[in-house]
Amino acid sequence: MSGVRANRTAYLFLLPFLAVFAVTIAVPLGYAIWLSFFKHQLIGGTVFAGLDNYTRALSDQLLHEGVGRVLLFLAVQVPIMLVIALAVALALDSGRMGGGAIVRIGLFLPYAVPAVVATLMWGYIFGGQFGLAAQVFDAVGLPTPDLLGPGLMLASIGNVVTWSFVGYNMLIFYAALRTIPAEVYEAAAIDGAGEYRKAWSIKLPALRPALALALIFSVIGSIQLFNEPSVLQALRPSVVTTSYTPNLYAYNLAFTGGQTNYAAAVAVLLGGITVVIAYAVQLGVARRNRVI
Amino acid sequence: MRVRRSPVLTVVCWALLGYFLLPLVWLLVNATKTNSDLFSTFGLRFGTEFALFDNVRALATYQDGIFFRWFANTVLYAVVGAGGAAVFAAMGGYALAKYRFTGRRGVLAAVLGAAAVPGTALAVPTYLLFSQWGLVNTEAAVILPALASPFGLFLMMIYAQDAVPDSLIEAARIDGAREGRIFWSIGFRLLVPGFVTVLLFQLVATWNNYFLPLIVLNESDKFPLTVGLSLWNKLANAGGVNLTEPLYPLVITGSLLAVVPLVVAFVVLQRYWQSGIAAGGVKQ
Repeated sequence: MSGVRANRTAYLFLLPFLAVFAVTIAVPLGYAIWLSFFKHQLIGGTVFAGLDNYTRALSDQLLHEGVGRVLLFLAVQVPIMLVIALAVALALDSGRMGGGAIVRIGLFLPYAVPAVVATLMWGYIFGGQFGLAAQVFDAVGLPTPDLLGPGLMLASIGNVVTWSFVGYNMLIFYAALRTIPAEVYEAAAIDGAGEYRKAWSIKLPALRPALALALIFSVIGSIQLFNEPSVLQALRPSVVTTSYTPNLYAYNLAFTGGQTNYAAAVAVLLGGITVVIAYAVQLGVARRNRVI
Repeated sequence: MRVRRSPVLTVVCWALLGYFLLPLVWLLVNATKTNSDLFSTFGLRFGTEFALFDNVRALATYQDGIFFRWFANTVLYAVVGAGGAAVFAAMGGYALAKYRFTGRRGVLAAVLGAAAVPGTALAVPTYLLFSQWGLVNTEAAVILPALASPFGLFLMMIYAQDAVPDSLIEAARIDGAREGRIFWSIGFRLLVPGFVTVLLFQLVATWNNYFLPLIVLNESDKFPLTVGLSLWNKLANAGGVNLTEPLYPLVITGSLLAVVPLVVAFVVLQRYWQSGIAAGGVKQ
């Protein structure tokens, strides 16, 4: 097929995707960056502000607290979630447990549950009104910790996110493990490798691309944290403040505070941080790949 | 080769399964309770009466049955959004995999780069643009963004590379078939497992979406389930001065109904998406 015709056909196939991509992703992204360079004043209306919004964001105490909170969340929740997912995937792949298929589908089901519903369920279970947790603590005669209080709220959000996404990550790891050819294990067995040696030297290296992918998605998800704290805010407005996470902050700035331009700058900054961290993760994984 | 079962591993994994099923069991049990049973009986035991059908009836009548309006909206958004996204991703992915054209690398880089940009950065400008275009508070405001799935495009491209042999396309060309016909009658059929995977995952993403509809919709008759249930939860917690009916049983029963369709879809279609995950998750 000639070059011109191939070009035309390919772009015709791509046209619907590129059209919605432009309208809902590319243009809004460009517009966000554009907006972030302006500010609205009582006198003079909207004026060019250069980097004012960004310098304001860099010294915004509320934003700092939010970013610190999601980074803490990232550092604690993501490793816990990925380690559980990895352990279950390895257990399933070893074939040494009964009812593997049921465990696999059961752990994955929470992925299909909307974050709003997941948070409502856990929020009610942990809450003070008809909470299952309090009922259990009462039954065994222990004082109930305030699972939605200031001390444990972030951990409770971590619980909801872990519950939602362990199964999804586990399936991705499991699928990667299934692609290792049986001959590799046979060769390892001939060389006298035990189960742990096989897991360490064959399975983990094979999982590296899947791990990198899961890690990047988890990083993006953590920094964007919105749904869970937003729903829990209804249960505990005093704990989940309007600037609890950067995303919640940007939302409130734009839609209740009317500070559109500043909100755009916060969102762009947040997007930038996410891309940098995701890129760093990818570089880290790629470099280790080269060594091995 | 059969391996020896490990009882410890089995027990640990089944305990873990218990944790993952706990909230769903809790939801199921408590959707059958009256408001007073909800507060007075143990969370994992059925109440004094079985009120599931009463609760569903209450959902159907409360505020003129707006809950089922939300349900229908959600079905519309999810089916049109995910269906369109999967078709667009299949077409685009096929083009990226099977044609060598000018700007191919550029398209790929732009799409992948933009996919890494968090939705956060897009929410505010999307709202402002949509309000200029007169799209705020319309179905299109929820459906349009759902149609663009960069991840779906990427997955379909990888899937198409192996699933559609070049020799088959060449043979069809020699037979004089047009490119469009080759795709729809040969290529697309071979892409079905990947297509179902993208469809299901986009169905979940749209069905479960909360942030975007929360921003672009402001009248409750356009809400999807997530935004509606969250609103009721807020009202229930704000105290029931103006409430004509206890809201907690409605939120809990409504949550159960919101969860059922996707759980059923995933269990029924597991063969498809499990093979799709294998194709997409591994090669990236």
